[in-house]
Amino acid sequence: MNTRVAIASIVAILAVAGGSVVLAGLDQPRPVAVQSSAPAASSVPVAAAKTPFTPADRPIPNNEFGKVVAQGQKIFNNPGLYAKAYVGNQLRCASCHLDQGRTAGAAPMWAAYLAYPAYREKNHHVNTFAERLQGCFRYSMNGKAPPLGDPVLVALETYSYWLAQGAPLNPKIAGRGFPALPKPALAADYHRGEKVYAARCALCHGTNGEGQHATNGAPAFPALWGDGSYNWGAGMASVKNAAEFIRANMPLGQGGTLSTQDAWDVAMFVDSQERPQDPRFTGSVETTRAQFHDTPQSMYGKVVNGYVLGSHATPNGGLLRSKEGL
Amino acid sequence: MNSNNPKGSAPAFFLIAVVMFAVIGVFLVEGAAYASDVGTPNGAAVAETIARVGTRAGIPACAACHGAVGEGNAAVGYPRLAGLPADYLAQQLNNFADGSRSNPMMNPIAKLLDSNNRTALAEFYASLPGTSTSIPVEAQQPSHGLGEQLALHGKPAQGIPACVACHGNSGSGVGGAFPALAGQSATYIRNQIVAWKKGTRPPGPLGLMQTIAMKLSDQDVDAVADYFAALPAAPKGDTP
Repeated sequence: MNTRVAIASIVAILAVAGGSVVLAGLDQPRPVAVQSSAPAASSVPVAAAKTPFTPADRPIPNNEFGKVVAQGQKIFNNPGLYAKAYVGNQLRCASCHLDQGRTAGAAPMWAAYLAYPAYREKNHHVNTFAERLQGCFRYSMNGKAPPLGDPVLVALETYSYWLAQGAPLNPKIAGRGFPALPKPALAADYHRGEKVYAARCALCHGTNGEGQHATNGAPAFPALWGDGSYNWGAGMASVKNAAEFIRANMPLGQGGTLSTQDAWDVAMFVDSQERPQDPRFTGSVETTRAQFHDTPQSMYGKVVNGYVLGSHATPNGGLLRSKEGL
Repeated sequence: MNSNNPKGSAPAFFLIAVVMFAVIGVFLVEGAAYASDVGTPNGAAVAETIARVGTRAGIPACAACHGAVGEGNAAVGYPRLAGLPADYLAQQLNNFADGSRSNPMMNPIAKLLDSNNRTALAEFYASLPGTSTSIPVEAQQPSHGLGEQLALHGKPAQGIPACVACHGNSGSGVGGAFPALAGQSATYIRNQIVAWKKGTRPPGPLGLMQTIAMKLSDQDVDAVADYFAALPAAPKGDTP
């Protein structure tokens, strides 16, 4: 065991001794996961958090409706197998929406279901839930959008609805999305992030962000960059989104143990790697950045280590590209 | 609860030890060729010989406890080794050798193995197809209770991730750091969780398993150990 891992282990043990994790919802004043005595964590006091909704623990109904719920759950866990025609990479819906879309603070599907229809800045119109799902396939899954009404979308919507049953119809329900994170004390830094990545992330996601599969061939740990990962148009390509997700949920089972600074730094490192091209690519990185990435949270088109991110990105579509000439 | 997996009282342990040494005796008498050439170029052949018959220096055959094909002895809690990751197995042998992982049987054995042989033995067992003596799922009452819940979902509110999130679909294992749990002895799994709680097994990579073990109740441990013991050791396909 190298020193860094040993230190990380000690930090983790101390954190466990220190107290329980509190996952606060988006509508809390400064809702971050906090462990009071985690040495590296920046301590942000958490107000008495509303307990997020938890989907009822119940079997999927054994009827025609339940069959579609179950199909949605299958797709959610392994879209590369059950929604093959629309998926261009090795990610799973459950790679980011943890515990099959149930975990508060990891963009749970029960909260997402309640949040649509909604106006989105990303495409400047009101999106239905199904249209929002289409975006996941196009960007996060580096594939293509199933047409509205396609059985894949119907199954995923049905599964999400089933998870949401019993929740109040509140688009800002506690636990939605990722817990907001304060800005870091120092500007997020690639090189500090690289060190955090090696110490706390590479074990599962691989030295080169390539992810890992299980021995039986099923996807396990998602690829974080490169051709097997989400493309430049995905929500997770925003440094802010990635930092929030990482701080609350990573390493798996040790959410809240990275400091706010470490979370921002490692998110900067991960989102400063090359990944598949944005499907909205105009033919020029510069104009694509101006049109779709005009925010400090996107590293697309920025120069990192002398390289213009996006300039040699593999065309989007991944596994689908060779099949269909996308 | 699997009645075939006793939790190991002292008399049972003594009996097991007697049986084990009797088995080793048979191997010693019959073993025509001992593995005595430590660090020869043909490490794989040496490892296989150690696994089958042991060495003149007093290392017993691995097979005496872990089975002829690394299938383990589920009832008494000797783990399945076949098909586990080589990196993981080598790490365990190193931990036994330096005493950081505490086990009265494995500590002296691992100390007698040099580091080349530890690596070669790890590679040998990793190369064997997954097989086990735990009771396959077809023969057991299927469990959809607490064990399945922990395996597939964990307890997110308590920060306990699903076991399969790291140990892979169907508990088939992932890479060099996350061994297969499918077909592993329930007694063995249970003993390891207890060892993490007591600190007699190192916390492992990132301290992940010790963190989780501290949060598991005895009831959780029993349920999840039985769940994985009942899965086939060489799972194929996509069943969760």
